[in-house]
Amino acid sequence: MAGQEQQQPQSRDDQVDEDIPEAPPAPPEAQASAATEGVDDLLDEIDGVLESNAEEFVRAFVQKGGQ
Amino acid sequence: MTAAQEPAAGGALPVGGAMRVMGAETEYGIHAPSAPSANATMMSARVVQAYAQVTRQRAAGGAETRWDYTDEEPLHDARGWTVDRGSAHPSQLTDQPPVLDAEAVALAYGREELELDGQDESGTLLMNMVLGNGARLYVDHAHPEYSSPEVTNPRDAVTWDAAGDLVALATVRRLAADPDLPPVNLYKNNTDNKSVSYGSHENYLMPRSVPFGDIVRGLTPFFVSRQILCGSGRVGIGQDASAPGYQISQRADFFEAEVGLETTIRRPIINTRDEPHATADKYRRLHVIIGDANLSQVSNYLKFGTTSLVLSLIEAGLAPKVEVHEPVSALQAISHDTSLTATVRLSDGRRVTALDLQWMYHEAAAKLAQDTGVGDALDGDGHTHDVLDRWAMVLTQLDNDRAAAASSVEWVAKLSLLEGYRDRDGLQWNDARLGLIDLQWADIRPEKGLYYRLLARNRMDRVVDDAAIAAAVAEPPSDTRAFFRGKCVSSFGKDVVGASWDSVIFDVPGYGRLQRVPTREPLKGTKALTGALFARYREAGPFLGELLGHSTAPPAA
Repeated sequence: MAGQEQQQPQSRDDQVDEDIPEAPPAPPEAQASAATEGVDDLLDEIDGVLESNAEEFVRAFVQKGGQ
Repeated sequence: MTAAQEPAAGGALPVGGAMRVMGAETEYGIHAPSAPSANATMMSARVVQAYAQVTRQRAAGGAETRWDYTDEEPLHDARGWTVDRGSAHPSQLTDQPPVLDAEAVALAYGREELELDGQDESGTLLMNMVLGNGARLYVDHAHPEYSSPEVTNPRDAVTWDAAGDLVALATVRRLAADPDLPPVNLYKNNTDNKSVSYGSHENYLMPRSVPFGDIVRGLTPFFVSRQILCGSGRVGIGQDASAPGYQISQRADFFEAEVGLETTIRRPIINTRDEPHATADKYRRLHVIIGDANLSQVSNYLKFGTTSLVLSLIEAGLAPKVEVHEPVSALQAISHDTSLTATVRLSDGRRVTALDLQWMYHEAAAKLAQDTGVGDALDGDGHTHDVLDRWAMVLTQLDNDRAAAASSVEWVAKLSLLEGYRDRDGLQWNDARLGLIDLQWADIRPEKGLYYRLLARNRMDRVVDDAAIAAAVAEPPSDTRAFFRGKCVSSFGKDVVGASWDSVIFDVPGYGRLQRVPTREPLKGTKALTGALFARYREAGPFLGELLGHSTAPPAA
């Protein structure tokens, strides 16, 4: 399984921008860009865990009927 | 549950609110990427087998216990008749043990595959286990299924359902570590997006005295609309996902009837299977097949909590008097509209949104909870107040602050992630990467499952803490008969030869025949009633002797 289990190294620092307590209230534009950065950062992480070859992987997921 | 909230031993639960005996069933999607043509039933049996191996390592005594099918009645219809076996679809005959013995496997798949497989001593692939937490893990058709133990409230329903995901994870790890078998992935979802769906069912105990027609009338508008709280989200429209897009529910497109007995074909919004798994003249077990499997704890909590509240309304004769015109198409119209502005027609001609319907039910449930006192924040039943609160909060967020619902409502959370990809990479809804995100959302491995990646970043809210879920993998709930079942398996596993929802069967050396202990009252066999008994005995013989009122020494064989 090792090949598939490989994870992108995720430093704990990634999460800091979401967790900083008592940050001074940012102006609306800065808040928006922080939120965007949070999303960008999340998508970068998910890029690293998504199965390779999306099309083939999704096509091969075929189930038998259930309830 | 704290001691103060614990109901009197074996007594009834508070009525009028969110508490009742309930349970969850999850069929997992199963896939071996390195062996795409592997037989699904065989792989599912390997999953069960793997868990037997895991638990054998953890506890002395085999935990693999056969299912007792005596009380399974899948063809009993709640409307008052029984379907003839000959006219039933083969998949409805769930009261016969699925036998996958060595000979059948060899015939179907050849000797080589047989020899690769772990078999138990009798040469039969293990298809069923009763677990120490009171759950059942077994092969249902072509999927591994975890049926949670009976619990008394929605918080515990979330806990023991999530424990099932850890059971599933343990099997995936075990199989991944076996060099002779292909690794298996398990997905907590409900469709392969190629026209096949598999279920996650809920079970709720109700007094049999409630007329079934009242249940159908009271539940249908609620079931048509509750997906906005607990839909898991799906990429693709239509059973085969041939139309591009995103919809609220995994299951909605697979429903074709309003009321019926079937669960695999012509699926009905209200399922009439009537197997109480308890004293039949007192209880009915309402078998709900319309829900999505939930990873989001808030969605799962609201699924069980609000449904239980609505059943309380129906029992009290106080369900909102609304009737949705053509409920099957209304169900699908609501699922296909992520703006939540679509309206459905009521039989009185009014047009309402899913949010409107949910608010009607919330208002009625809140009033009943207030009148009965169970909804009081301090003196209530300890659950109803919180369910009503969260229900109102989520409806308000869905109405006017959608982004706030992304940490709680599963379809909104998934949609938010998909929109992130669409914005960044300019993807169309039919892009395979979005399909992959939908699928991999439900991978139960925390390093691969996208729900779990969001949870790790605190982007998903928790209802119960991780430690409680981990404990529930091995421990049964304390306040139902699942306590008795689970403790029998974990304490006397080597002498337990069978179990079902309403029985445990012992084969104790020295007793001349099998001892079947009926457990037909779901609120007996609790820790309060039997905990001391389990603490007193290390051997099944004397335990049974006291339980059944025999002399402590087994009778001479």
